[in-house]
Amino acid sequence: MDFKTALFYILSTILVVAALRVVTSRNPVHAVLFLVLAFFNASGLWLLLQAEFLAIALIVVYVGAVMVLFLFVVMMLDINLERLRQGFWGNLWLGGPIAVLMVVEMVAVLSARSFGLEAMPAPAATAGSNTRALGAAIYTEYFYPFELASVILLVALIAAVALNLRQRRDNKQLHPSEQIAVRRQDRVRIVAMPSEKE
Amino acid sequence: MPSLNHFLILGAVLFSIGVVGVFLNRKNLIVLLMAIELMLLAVNMNFVAFAHFLGDMGGQVFVFFILTVAAAEAAIGLAILVVLFRNLRTIHVDDLDSLQG
Repeated sequence: MDFKTALFYILSTILVVAALRVVTSRNPVHAVLFLVLAFFNASGLWLLLQAEFLAIALIVVYVGAVMVLFLFVVMMLDINLERLRQGFWGNLWLGGPIAVLMVVEMVAVLSARSFGLEAMPAPAATAGSNTRALGAAIYTEYFYPFELASVILLVALIAAVALNLRQRRDNKQLHPSEQIAVRRQDRVRIVAMPSEKE
Repeated sequence: MPSLNHFLILGAVLFSIGVVGVFLNRKNLIVLLMAIELMLLAVNMNFVAFAHFLGDMGGQVFVFFILTVAAAEAAIGLAILVVLFRNLRTIHVDDLDSLQG
């Protein structure tokens, strides 16, 4: 077993254990932190696969932004943990066999010699920067999908802001349009009173 | 160097853990979102492995787009979760029965 294979087994073992702890941990904060660990190990595996830019992007985008967002939300919400844990293992009889079946099937398919995956030659070492190659692919062949991805991010940004935009109840802000639209009869009432005489 | 099969089997195991997570955490919306992130990670692992072993940059570009969409999905999902909690004071799935589902 060479160094890369040993590294693969170490990283993937930690990755699988962390993933299991994500779905079984009692506290959502622990689940988020285990997910961060899982992403770090996945990033190491991607470095093994010479996808350097994506490995760093996974750390920066996922751990740095998405997971921090998760942590914010988990800590902001006041969650009744005991109630959420009720009947936690109740669905394992259904989910467990399905997952085991999926893994067994995939292993049977993927490790079969008949599919010729074993015969795939090891890729030649690519020269040059992975970032440069990825950029060349994105900005030429995949330029239109790249623009669409930016639009998706804009939509997500606007949607997230619009969902959480609200007026506070004790807000004392003035509305100029309403002030301008005021008419005389809204504010002044003429009361006919008989004049008083001494 | 580990072969392509190693990475594909790892992706299958990760995806199955995500599926089990969806089954186990039916009541907890936050961990449900995290299980979906795990499944996306498994898919990305397959894409990167194929991109490396086939020598095709398209797989990595696709992972790039999946990361984008997953970030957008997480942002909108968590925003909906916060609005839900502010209106109902709970994110317990059993309490979300306004549509009589």
